[in-house]
Amino acid sequence: MTSGYNFAYLDENTKRMLRRGLLKAIAIPGHQVPFASREMPLAHGWGTGGIQVTAAVLGEHDVLKVIDQGSDDTTNAVNIRQFFARTAGVATTTRTREATVIQTRHRIPEAPLKAGQILVYQVPQPEPLYRLEPRRAETLTLHAFAEYGLMNVKLYEDLARWGRVETAYDYPVRVDGRYVMAPSPIPAFDNPKMHRMPALQLFGAGREKRLYAIPPYTDVHSLDFEDHPFEVHLQGQACALCGCTTSFLDETVQAEGEVLWTCSDSDWCREQQEGLAL
Amino acid sequence: MTSIEPLLQVRALGHRFPSVRGGPWAVCDASFELFAGEVVAIVGESGSGKSTLLNAVGARLRPLAGQVLYRTAAGAWVDVHAAPERQRRELARSEWGFVEQAAADGLRLNVSAGANIGERLMGRGDRHYGRLRATAADWMQRVELDPARIDDAPRAFSGGMRQRLQIARNLVTQPRLVLMDEPTSGLDVSVQARLLDLIRHLSQRLHLCALIVTHDLGVARLLAQRTLVMHEGRIVEQGLTDRVLDDPQHPYTQLLVSSVVAP
Repeated sequence: MTSGYNFAYLDENTKRMLRRGLLKAIAIPGHQVPFASREMPLAHGWGTGGIQVTAAVLGEHDVLKVIDQGSDDTTNAVNIRQFFARTAGVATTTRTREATVIQTRHRIPEAPLKAGQILVYQVPQPEPLYRLEPRRAETLTLHAFAEYGLMNVKLYEDLARWGRVETAYDYPVRVDGRYVMAPSPIPAFDNPKMHRMPALQLFGAGREKRLYAIPPYTDVHSLDFEDHPFEVHLQGQACALCGCTTSFLDETVQAEGEVLWTCSDSDWCREQQEGLAL
Repeated sequence: MTSIEPLLQVRALGHRFPSVRGGPWAVCDASFELFAGEVVAIVGESGSGKSTLLNAVGARLRPLAGQVLYRTAAGAWVDVHAAPERQRRELARSEWGFVEQAAADGLRLNVSAGANIGERLMGRGDRHYGRLRATAADWMQRVELDPARIDDAPRAFSGGMRQRLQIARNLVTQPRLVLMDEPTSGLDVSVQARLLDLIRHLSQRLHLCALIVTHDLGVARLLAQRTLVMHEGRIVEQGLTDRVLDDPQHPYTQLLVSSVVAP
């Protein structure tokens, strides 16, 4: 552990500010709570929001896992994991089932999460309405009065243009029947996993300075139309490494031009290969 | 048939813009009533307070003095500016419509015509794509737009077509009161004539109450049963349109009527 830093890099007052924001966020599921985002030793857009949330909730005995696009081995994941190993001295793991805190970018792990685990999302744009209504003051009003007709305008546009909802990631959800929320750029494939998840889900947007949360066992529904209900599309392939057909797959073009489909969740793939799946 | 009870009462409405310190009242002591099914025009020169009055009636601007009372579809009277914001917004997107002078201000230019028409319905909670689309196509037909262009963005529409689209977008929830701010200015005369025809036709068929701001006396003559004349923030004369325009009583109205350039 590197000396000269407070536990988990941020000072205690900053962490207290973050925890207060998080408590409010958990009390009002899906509602965006502003917070005083700090400069972190990495650029905005690389997970400064997620890092700050993780720093605020991390305890001495926690076991941290960090994934980026489902993988433990990408630059972002490796660096953030090392960052906390050095500044907090906490144990780290790549195993979903053994972690107590999982920071993620763009995926929810395939292995079902349990009560007691915390999933921390890195969020680039917390405002689900921002592409439709650029005025922040106006979106606040729309959220306050639950005027979400605009959100369906976006889905309508997809249906009119493509015959199906083409929003494949950051697919808007309604939390606990009240707030419409951006689930961060996870694939729509992962949306159903948020519904009544036993783990606590925390969201941090560092550049946009917003926190929000979904408490355990909360209803999360993807927006849709009555005659075009939300559905998840499997990619119709099997993982080339473990043979799994139900996980979210990455499509990789090989040097010879062949296409390789593999599990995006590297820990899930390992479990499948080792025959550990429950 | 107009019912005896008015739809809207404006009482001693006054407004002055705080940025103009000690300046004149933009609208002063304006009182009038609107009844279901009638079209009323507000005429006057630029700066006479027409649009300010319209915005205050439409709850887009909080007036410094006076009241706007509206009788809802349920029959209850609402003091518009004293009502909670939630209720005001709900009225504005269900029972009222507002047609802007520039269609670009009243439309979402980056979403298709169909979505523009469907937005108020989706805001009301309609979640059936097939029905939304059918309604949008129906309304395009009613405002004489080609329903085949339902998926085109309003950017690809001409000025007159955008204005028609804006009207369809407002009327789709069948509002009882529509406020229009110079709906035909900026359009050439032949397009203007067809649009006026459409507005007259729709207001009659839907039994709409419309309040139209215009500087064009011809528009008032063609559309409105009654006309209010504004001058320096005050309503100087009001009455049946034909009476006001053919036999103006107030010196300003006389000046206004005599200034019309006849082709």
